[in-house]
Amino acid sequence: MSAPLLTIALSRAFGPVVEGEAVVSDEGFSPRYDLDRWTGLISKPGHKLEGTNIRDKICFFPTAKGGIAAGWAFNDIKGKGIAPKAFIFGVTNPVMVQGAVLAGIVISEGWSPDPRNVLRTGDWVRVDPARLVVELLRRAA
Amino acid sequence: MLDGAEGEAVRRALAYQLEVGRFFGAEEFVEITNAHMMGDIEVLGDTGLAFLKEMRDLGARARIPITTNARCIDFAWAERLGQDATECGKEREVIATLADMNILTTDTCINYQTLYQPHLNERVAWGDTGTCIYANSVFGARTNFESGPAAMASAITGRTPAYGFQLDRLRIGSFIVDISGAALVDLADWGALGKIVGEGHQSYYAVPVFTGFRRPPLADELKQLGCALASYGSMGMFHMVGVTPQARTVEEAFGGAVSSAVERMVIDDAGIAAVYRRFSLGGGDAKLVVFSGPQLSLFEMKTLSELFAGRKVARGTSCFVTTSNGVISAARKLGYMQPLEDAGVAVLEGVCFYILQNLSPMREKNGWQNMVSNSAKIVNIIGAHRFNTILRRTAECVEIACTGQLA
Repeated sequence: MSAPLLTIALSRAFGPVVEGEAVVSDEGFSPRYDLDRWTGLISKPGHKLEGTNIRDKICFFPTAKGGIAAGWAFNDIKGKGIAPKAFIFGVTNPVMVQGAVLAGIVISEGWSPDPRNVLRTGDWVRVDPARLVVELLRRAA
Repeated sequence: MLDGAEGEAVRRALAYQLEVGRFFGAEEFVEITNAHMMGDIEVLGDTGLAFLKEMRDLGARARIPITTNARCIDFAWAERLGQDATECGKEREVIATLADMNILTTDTCINYQTLYQPHLNERVAWGDTGTCIYANSVFGARTNFESGPAAMASAITGRTPAYGFQLDRLRIGSFIVDISGAALVDLADWGALGKIVGEGHQSYYAVPVFTGFRRPPLADELKQLGCALASYGSMGMFHMVGVTPQARTVEEAFGGAVSSAVERMVIDDAGIAAVYRRFSLGGGDAKLVVFSGPQLSLFEMKTLSELFAGRKVARGTSCFVTTSNGVISAARKLGYMQPLEDAGVAVLEGVCFYILQNLSPMREKNGWQNMVSNSAKIVNIIGAHRFNTILRRTAECVEIACTGQLA
């Protein structure tokens, strides 16, 4: 395994090691407000990721929005096969954590440096919750 | 419990809570007295329904009182709204499964107005977010946002991990909002206030401290404020000096002397007016007016009943109200329902508009583009269904519904 190109430290995290394509958002996220829970597309008009599909992605969101729905919704989208591999939050709320734990989706809170400054959507990253790190493995083509 | 001595359902519920508590660094569990959970087929999906059935079959049973939040189908309206018969069947299965687990299927998001009012420092496990922020702020009770599986687990074990707003240190104010320059004459104004404050401080751990209210706010006004703060800011608590129980003074709200460096916002009438101006009128249609999210109290029903009395919802426009079984029952007894029904307002029971099953196809079928509401929360939260949303004051919403014209 080659050395990562850069490492982002996480404050807290849950779940197994996962690897995938990054989706880096400037805007917060709620599965209720923003996501079409039948396709995995960010569907809220005007969301900065409108039209992006989060299936199998490593999603970086600065904040959590709302909402109690994530508790069940993450399990639902996992069951439908359209869940992302990980939610990496700057600041999250308990609902996101409760939902991710139920669904067995990787989730973390707190980051340094800010991924919005060092990662781009399409980069290939690995999340290791036990070691509290996200590692950049290769840049988007 | 973890060794399975109290059954597999209890073991699983506690193991799940332990994992969530571990994430937040919780050092202990605290006993709770009441729980409130979301559980409807729109958000559960087939995976969630299967989960509920599995827990039921494993012997899950609530050991403390737990009530349910608004759901996605009012069976009396399902056919007229074009809701899916298969999903209606599943929703009935959800309700029956919850009832089997000793869960009270009350179907209301205003439990704090209609069902249970916890006292100062009482520990509960509540969701949705509007119920949570009201419990923490107005009652001084203690809860985190407890989503469906978390609230259900809490009821099964009778406890919850002690993190977040269960802890003293996270319940203190983080910034001041001076509202002395805002008249806040309508429920929608209180929602607009919550929108401004929430959007500017999107953090669960941000606790605004409001000062300078011109008159003691009503419960419905605090409801709109709390729901908007929770929706736009993901906030779980606020203080209002002289109103909420842990804020008899500014110093008490901050847990001691207030730092001169603390952020101070000022929100006045001009700021509130600007909120309304910023909503795009989209294509200009006024085919949908909604009073929902949160459900209406009896007092809101009375106001609407008076505003709609003798009038008709415009041809081509639909108007929805959602509230609880208990409120509808009282409203009917008091004569508030008839004027609404005569006007052609659809009063739905036990649901919230934004979670209605089949809402996106319903929107397309009816040609709804704009959704007008006096609830700042619902104009925010319904976005994934691709409505253009417009916040207006209550009487303006009624006028728009009856004229079919955007005022």
